[in-house]
Amino acid sequence: MVARPVPPATDPIEPAASTPITILVNGERRAGVLGQTVAGIMLAADTLTWRTSPVGGRPRGAFCGIGVCFDCLVVVNGQRDVRACQRRARDGDVVEFEGPSQSEGE
Amino acid sequence: MSEVVIIGAGPAGLAAALSASAFGARVVVLDAADDVGGQYWRHLPPERPSNHESLLHHGWATFQRMREALAADPNCTVVSSAHVWAIDRGAVHVLVGEADGSDRESRVYRPDALVLATGAFDRTLPVPGWDLPGVFTAGGAQALAKGERVAVGERVVVAGAGPFLLAVAASVVATGASVVGVYEASRATRLVRHWAARPWELAATPAKARELVGYAAVLVRHRIAYVAGHAVTAIEGRDRVESVTVSALDGSWRPIKGSERQLEADAVCLGHGFTPRLELAIAAGCRLSDRRFVEVDAEQRTSVASVFAAGEITGIGGVDLALAEGAIAGHVAAGGGIVDPALRVEVARRRVLRRFARRLARAHVIGENWATWLSDETIVCRCEDVSVADLAAARSATRSSGLRSLKLVSRAGLGPCQGRVCGRTVEALLSARAPEGRLGGASTDRRPIAMPIRLGELARDHEIEAGIPVKGQG
Ligand SMILES: Cc1cc2nc3c(=O)[nH]c(=O)nc-3n(C[C@H](O)[C@H](O)[C@H](O)COP(=O)(O)OP(=O)(O)OC[C@H]3O[C@@H](n4cnc5c(N)ncnc54)[C@H](O)[C@@H]3O)c2cc1C
Ligand code: FES
Repeated sequence: MVARPVPPATDPIEPAASTPITILVNGERRAGVLGQTVAGIMLAADTLTWRTSPVGGRPRGAFCGIGVCFDCLVVVNGQRDVRACQRRARDGDVVEFEGPSQSEGE
Repeated sequence: MSEVVIIGAGPAGLAAALSASAFGARVVVLDAADDVGGQYWRHLPPERPSNHESLLHHGWATFQRMREALAADPNCTVVSSAHVWAIDRGAVHVLVGEADGSDRESRVYRPDALVLATGAFDRTLPVPGWDLPGVFTAGGAQALAKGERVAVGERVVVAGAGPFLLAVAASVVATGASVVGVYEASRATRLVRHWAARPWELAATPAKARELVGYAAVLVRHRIAYVAGHAVTAIEGRDRVESVTVSALDGSWRPIKGSERQLEADAVCLGHGFTPRLELAIAAGCRLSDRRFVEVDAEQRTSVASVFAAGEITGIGGVDLALAEGAIAGHVAAGGGIVDPALRVEVARRRVLRRFARRLARAHVIGENWATWLSDETIVCRCEDVSVADLAAARSATRSSGLRSLKLVSRAGLGPCQGRVCGRTVEALLSARAPEGRLGGASTDRRPIAMPIRLGELARDHEIEAGIPVKGQG
């Protein structure tokens, strides 16, 4: 695994116990902890890509990590165009990858 | 009692809030993030407590002090998850709720004075292969390290320009990843010329100097090479980053032929400085400087009455300068004056720190020939897949140098990020090829809608006129 979480047991910041959550990503269960963003859960499982660019179909995932680049858009609980790096995951969230349809709100 | 709204809860906004309140104003701080701290003090959410989070930060004690003071201050209210999407004749329009949610509360504030402290984001120059999975902005990799405790890779290359690369390398190492090297595009001679000039100025900014020395120590401890005058000039891989090509650069950032070296890597952090978040300042009508920051006078006033600006939107200068500017802006916004004794220390610090910022900017200025490392196929606009060749074709097709028509033809900068990532690059590439060398004065900074909003949220006609409360009321 390449991208991965810092193992809590050896993390020098000594994290306290966290609350496990599960989200569904394209129907697959993914484990995370409360407080992680959707992008955080993806990257922690070495998933770098969850979208394709509209013209060239090139893989996209998180790039800027701070809500600026919009590379990381996903569908969360049926809502399109959610920035995965900005959205805190909640237990039971249903995440789907965006199809190449017209984006909402334009 | 005057009412002050502050947009941005980074170092500048936090300092502004405390000093405005200290002068007797009622203050509301709005920030899109779900906690205060801004980019510099980006931290784990309250659901993920730890014993020593301070290890990941500089000035953590200062931040804690400010945060506690703000929480205890009856005249300051912090509204987190507050997405300011427009400013219109003094009215601040905000959606409060989950990022990109659909059922957020729509509010409007009409304060006596407004302080803009919206900060900056990474400027990333394109490189062949920079859109491969595994490439992150330098700040993004750091944000993931600090705010998520995620390592972006095992073998990580950090490249670009500016002292910030050192901070990023330190944050990445603290995730347990190994940093293959830090590649700074500016050449050593240039760095030495600007960094070593007038050493007494450096000595006058002890906090910054200490921070830099700390990063250098991390590099030494982990045997990480810091290589000046070099850049990642290509990134290779099938579905994700597998290697990078590092080249030596001349003083104009043109790669030197024959100097290429391929290094194995699985993640790349790229950053070539910062771009200020100007959209709200532009919407408010604030004049920009030639260097395209918000222009402010000695009192941090913008060109618009009762609108102030502080922090990185007025120039890239680091946390201490943001703090000093914020304190001055907040005090004056609340009705104080620059000569008041309360500001004496901050005004003196601002003077020293601005000098320091200018020398950094000179040391790491983007070289004029960086674009020679691009290939025709290199993507410029990641949202709309516009390549270097597409951009050139659009130029010759329109035979116009008007930025607007070029954008419409090529679609560069028209995707979801509205040109935040590629805007300045598109301008640079087009103006380099424009006979008159410029684009009719147009810029890609204007974005009438500063934050994504959903049509449904706009249509619902119930914006709440928000008062500026004394805590516990309203
Ligand atoms: C990802 C990243 C990491 C950085 N890390 C470092 C570091 O380690 N060391 C260093 O010296 N410098 C770092 N910097 C540079 C950094 O910007 C400054 O040092 C410092 O944080 C600037 O403070 P500020 O208050 O001006 O802005 P910021 O800290 O950027 O704060 C601005 C705030 O405004 C908010 N905001 C912006 N627009 C809106 C809107 N429309 N609505 C609501 N809220 C809004 C943002 O959410 C943000 O919290 C980093 C920059 C970035 C982008
Ligand atoms: S990674 Fe850039 S907006 Fe989410």
